[in-house]
Amino acid sequence: MAVELAADRLHARGSSGAAGLIEQTLAVARRSAVRTLRQRGLLIFPLIFPLLLFGINGSALSPATRIPGFPTHHYRDFLIAMPFIQGAMFVAITAGVDLARDIESGFLNRLALTPLRTEAMLVGQLGGAFVLGVVQAIVYLLVGFATGVTLVAGVGGALVLLSLSILIAFAFASLGGLLALRLGTGEAIQGIFPLLFVTLFLSSSSLPRNLIKIDWFKQIATYNPVSYLLEGIRSLVIKGWDGQALALGFGFAMALLVIAVGLSAPAMRSRLARA
Amino acid sequence: MRRFLSVTRGVAWRSIHNTIVNPAILVPSIVFPLFFLVAFAGGLSRISDVPNFHYKPGYTAFQFVFVFLQSAAFGGVFTGFGIARDFDSGFARRLMLSAPRRSGIIAGYAVGALMRWVITGTVVTIAALIAGMNVSGNGVQLVGLIGLGIIMNLVAALWACGIAMFTRTEQAGALIQMPVFLLLFLAPVFVPINLLTSWIHDVANLNPVTAVLEAGRGLLAGSPIKVALAFGLLAGAAALMAVFARRGLASAERAG
Repeated sequence: MAVELAADRLHARGSSGAAGLIEQTLAVARRSAVRTLRQRGLLIFPLIFPLLLFGINGSALSPATRIPGFPTHHYRDFLIAMPFIQGAMFVAITAGVDLARDIESGFLNRLALTPLRTEAMLVGQLGGAFVLGVVQAIVYLLVGFATGVTLVAGVGGALVLLSLSILIAFAFASLGGLLALRLGTGEAIQGIFPLLFVTLFLSSSSLPRNLIKIDWFKQIATYNPVSYLLEGIRSLVIKGWDGQALALGFGFAMALLVIAVGLSAPAMRSRLARA
Repeated sequence: MRRFLSVTRGVAWRSIHNTIVNPAILVPSIVFPLFFLVAFAGGLSRISDVPNFHYKPGYTAFQFVFVFLQSAAFGGVFTGFGIARDFDSGFARRLMLSAPRRSGIIAGYAVGALMRWVITGTVVTIAALIAGMNVSGNGVQLVGLIGLGIIMNLVAALWACGIAMFTRTEQAGALIQMPVFLLLFLAPVFVPINLLTSWIHDVANLNPVTAVLEAGRGLLAGSPIKVALAFGLLAGAAALMAVFARRGLASAERAG
């Protein structure tokens, strides 16, 4: 209701152009963020679960550092990239389920009757996911430091790491939004979740690509963009400033974001037309 | 006894039927273990090059035992989700009213969980064999491994049944799943226990699943260890969980 009133107010004030679009986006994003932050029960599990796996696997897989050629002596330094990506995948589901709920409850259709622009509706709906991505990134980084992870790239590297992980979370959130627009139900979004996890495990999440022994697995990990997202974050922790790894990490995250948002616009138009 | 068996048969049949005809239920319970097998046995096989890693049949077999037992446990867990769903939809209340011997409901769900795992366990085993898993154990030892899986499945099903009947809501899914997940992953999943260090070594030493996992790996390798301990621990856990599930049923009966 607040967003609908805000949209009408903006229309009455005659907001138009880029300023109007930003104002509209912020109005929708604010509602999305407030809704996400109110669902504390749903926030805790996506935050804790990646940390739990990080804690367990960080110790259970530490013998891997004795493999000749392993890039670090501390497995946690290698593994710290994983919670960021796993958390981003949870963000995708949260964003998708929230948007699907708006579709199912008819809120999106009511919003479409207001003067809000499609772009504002699309990007604004991901406001909650953005907040969640920021919170997760900060928590994961602090937990990493608390458990002895050291960033070779230093303070600047920490800032770049946060930027990259927030971008990745936002890109996955856009993917969640696209899926919601295509599938229309929260249950269907939940069903997609295991597939996202498959992409994480079929990547260089547990071992560097050059140390993966099975050839077909190495091939899949090489063609899997998730490997490059992980390696972008990981490079700041164990290598320092690696331009290629960062370019690939930012590049794939940006590509995912652009593709997901690009496909979401026609998907939204088609969903609203169906309604 | 006849009334007990009749309830057991009815509930088990419904549970199996629902699993088989509903891809949304069947597929995840098959895909998850397969995916773990691929990710662990495929992606982490270089771990077998770590100094002092000794497991004769190789890393695929090493991981297969974990995934096999995990699929058994999750067969029980997924059945618990179904029980919770039955309470949410109101079906369980009608079932309670119509069942002449209500303890047959628990038995029926447990049989359903076992049948569900028979499907998953078979698929996982075939996949591991296709992937080139070496099997060094003899027939009796392999039956022992299957026996471990059956009791593991029973323990998890009774746990899940108890939680589902105490809480009577699908929202208890995490509560059903998380302790099982933690117990499994706090065992020596990726390397033998002698290669673990720090806190995970101490926790794995205390974790009863470690003995079950080591016994399973020993049986598959044809050099059994801790088999009696593993069966003893699982039998004790099954007895404990049977009491827990029965109390859960009593709680559901009291709630109407």
